[in-house]
Amino acid sequence: MHIDYSQEAPVIAGRLTLSQIEELVAHPLETKPDKKYFIALSISSSLLLIGAICLGLTFYYGTGLWGINQPVGWAFDIVNFVFWVGIGHAGTLISAILFLLRQKWRTGIARFAEAMTIFAVMCAGLFPAIHTGRPWLDGYLLPYPNQHGLWVNFTSPLLWDVFAVSTYFTVSLVFWYIGLIPDFATLRDRTTSSFKKTIYSIFSLGWRHSSRHWQHYEKAYMLLAGFATPLVLSVHTIVSFDFAVSILPGWHTTIFPPYFVAGAIFSGFAMVVTVLVFVRKIFNLENIITLDHLEKMNKVILATGMMVGYAYGMEFFIAWYSGVQAEQFVFINRAFGPYAWAYWIMVSCNVIFPQLFWFRKFRRSIPVMFVIVILVNVGMWFERFVITVTSLHRDFLPSSWGYFKPTLFDIGILLGSFGLFFTLVILFTKSLPVVSISEVKAVADGAQPTHRGGHHE
Amino acid sequence: MNKNLYGFAALFKTPDEIIEAAKKTAEAGYQKYDIHSPYPVHGIDRAMKLKASKLGFITLVFGLTGSAIALLLMYWTMSVDYPMIIGGKPFFALPAFVPITFELTVLLATLATVIGMITFFFRFPENDHPLHDTEYMKKVSCDHYGLVIEAKDKLFNETKVRELLNSLRPLSIEEIYYPEKETYPVLETKFVTFLILIALLTSGVTYFALNKLLYMQPFTWMMDQPKLNPQKQSTLFADGFGMRSPIKGTVARGFLPYPFTGQNAPTDVLLNPYLPTKENLQLGEQKYLTFCSPCHGNFGDGDSRLRGQFPNPPSLHSTRAREFSDGMIYHIITNGQNVMPSYASQITREERWAIVNYIRVLQRAKNAKSSDLQVVNKETGTNASN
Repeated sequence: MHIDYSQEAPVIAGRLTLSQIEELVAHPLETKPDKKYFIALSISSSLLLIGAICLGLTFYYGTGLWGINQPVGWAFDIVNFVFWVGIGHAGTLISAILFLLRQKWRTGIARFAEAMTIFAVMCAGLFPAIHTGRPWLDGYLLPYPNQHGLWVNFTSPLLWDVFAVSTYFTVSLVFWYIGLIPDFATLRDRTTSSFKKTIYSIFSLGWRHSSRHWQHYEKAYMLLAGFATPLVLSVHTIVSFDFAVSILPGWHTTIFPPYFVAGAIFSGFAMVVTVLVFVRKIFNLENIITLDHLEKMNKVILATGMMVGYAYGMEFFIAWYSGVQAEQFVFINRAFGPYAWAYWIMVSCNVIFPQLFWFRKFRRSIPVMFVIVILVNVGMWFERFVITVTSLHRDFLPSSWGYFKPTLFDIGILLGSFGLFFTLVILFTKSLPVVSISEVKAVADGAQPTHRGGHHE
Repeated sequence: MNKNLYGFAALFKTPDEIIEAAKKTAEAGYQKYDIHSPYPVHGIDRAMKLKASKLGFITLVFGLTGSAIALLLMYWTMSVDYPMIIGGKPFFALPAFVPITFELTVLLATLATVIGMITFFFRFPENDHPLHDTEYMKKVSCDHYGLVIEAKDKLFNETKVRELLNSLRPLSIEEIYYPEKETYPVLETKFVTFLILIALLTSGVTYFALNKLLYMQPFTWMMDQPKLNPQKQSTLFADGFGMRSPIKGTVARGFLPYPFTGQNAPTDVLLNPYLPTKENLQLGEQKYLTFCSPCHGNFGDGDSRLRGQFPNPPSLHSTRAREFSDGMIYHIITNGQNVMPSYASQITREERWAIVNYIRVLQRAKNAKSSDLQVVNKETGTNASN
């Protein structure tokens, strides 16, 4: 196959003009939602309702409704938390790290991925909050002068989590909003409805596409990307500290931070591909979110999947190499104990099936990639389940061994978190531009000066 | 020149043209002009001869402020205000402080950068700018590139600006005027009603949340718990009591049951096991003043502050009282007598014996012999006589 490397491949397919791009992206915002939209919304909001009912009952009766008890005190709440935080990481990776690496193809998917970050972190934040048992007292997690004369424990990874997740949410939201300002201005100047115009005017803050503003804006975007990059790595590192800083065999591992970050990007990209496959089809964005973009994401999935696979192997090696009996027992127990089924679901979904992405044909086939990314989502949820539950269920005292079984409330709240996520995603697709209009315009063919007669510095 | 004129706006179709236009305008010496484009055009800041953005300074200053706040807060709380040993770490455990320091640095730097940019660099929100709602703005918002030269510029001259713009061969030239100032009356009925409604709603919700909601299930500060309390009923036990009493005949460790409970005038009493040492008498005085003096008076005369409100307690200096054995006084304290209740549950055994010793001191002091006086004179150096 002959590829011409002397020329950059166009990021946007189909030679769209600037106004066509704008037309495409703004179209869903200017048309009434159809029947399919309401069907999708009713399914996701039903899931949300199931979750809300289970949560309400949990509020009233307490966490005793869940399957947790001695010795497994951390189960679905923590599993779901780590899972959703991980999903969120893809968005920041795409919007910040790929921005710093000058990857132009990110422009088509960045907005959507960032939105998914925010929704995923909202789902994630829910779990540690309800996991405290009395969520209305979660204000105690913040250091504030109080009548007890007490402070929070700043040396605890659980408190680091509070700071990491809330900072991550705030920064992601701000980053997302900054990206939306020029698009709000464009929508403001497009719309014919005075009601929409008022809303867009408020959120655009009076943006007028001034080059004097663009200069500061680009600087701010770069600074924020520069901060978001170490931030996203720190967040999952700190989440892994929740486990790694303890002294429990199976958790007390130095490989956890990089292993968790790789797993987060792996699962996050899988979720982004899952959703984008539908979005590009439904909203006719095939020229903006092209097959090339999806292929590139599949390559990232393949790479991070192998990192995760390496971590699985390395954990076993270190357990054997350390010579610590308890450590060895935990890992043998993981693979061949009562939770072996979960372990092998994890290994096959995360390590074996993504290997199909070595073939270009599979990387570019929508049905194949859809099946694989769904499996990756399942596998990554089970990874967190395996880490959390199998390390706990057989502790040092055989008389206190147990077997965790989720109750209907556990499952209901998990379904509810998916309901919350997809309800927000579905509402987002009809209320905000799912693709960054200004960023995509900037990478369209002929959008940048040719520097004829001048020199390109 | 029209006073309401904001400036002239020219539209262009390609990025090459706008770069050219920016260069020419900058070369002509104009200061108050701007280029508008739907996305940042590469090289436009160089063509406009703009200085590099100083936004980074805000980021730096506030980022460092964030680190400083985090470190100082953790240092002060963990090492000064409430030092506590956690996991054997030093009070100032720098490695453990790294994550939160990092997070607060990022948080403050990000927020300051964005808020600083919007308010200080952009002077936003500004929805009443004259360029809004013009044809020009609609075009540059979509797929055109625009140049505006403001009338406020020192070099602004209508004919010269037109000449310059025409020489750039734009698609169109538009004159932009300041919009008429809109005024909004503050004391409009609708607005005031709206404010009052908001005030009522806020205060109502706050009142409900703080005074009612917090005392409802399940927000009751753990008031309601399905556990057994000593004074509560319980269906768990056959007798319906939540509290369990000890099995008959069992004696708690270190506890001796008093053998003469319930007897009015026991023929046999205990012997005083305590010597009237200084410490013992001090304890006895303290307990006497606490428990006995409200009725018997500070010196055992039966003249307490409750005199008249209760049947008068007898004096402790009567012959009968003085002739009681130590064990008998102890029995009366333990068992009670007439109106006086038992003090067995309030005063420990040792304290009761100390009170007995103290009462002996009071009795002897009120009925002192000459020999006692000699001892006192000898010990205190006074010269008192009968």
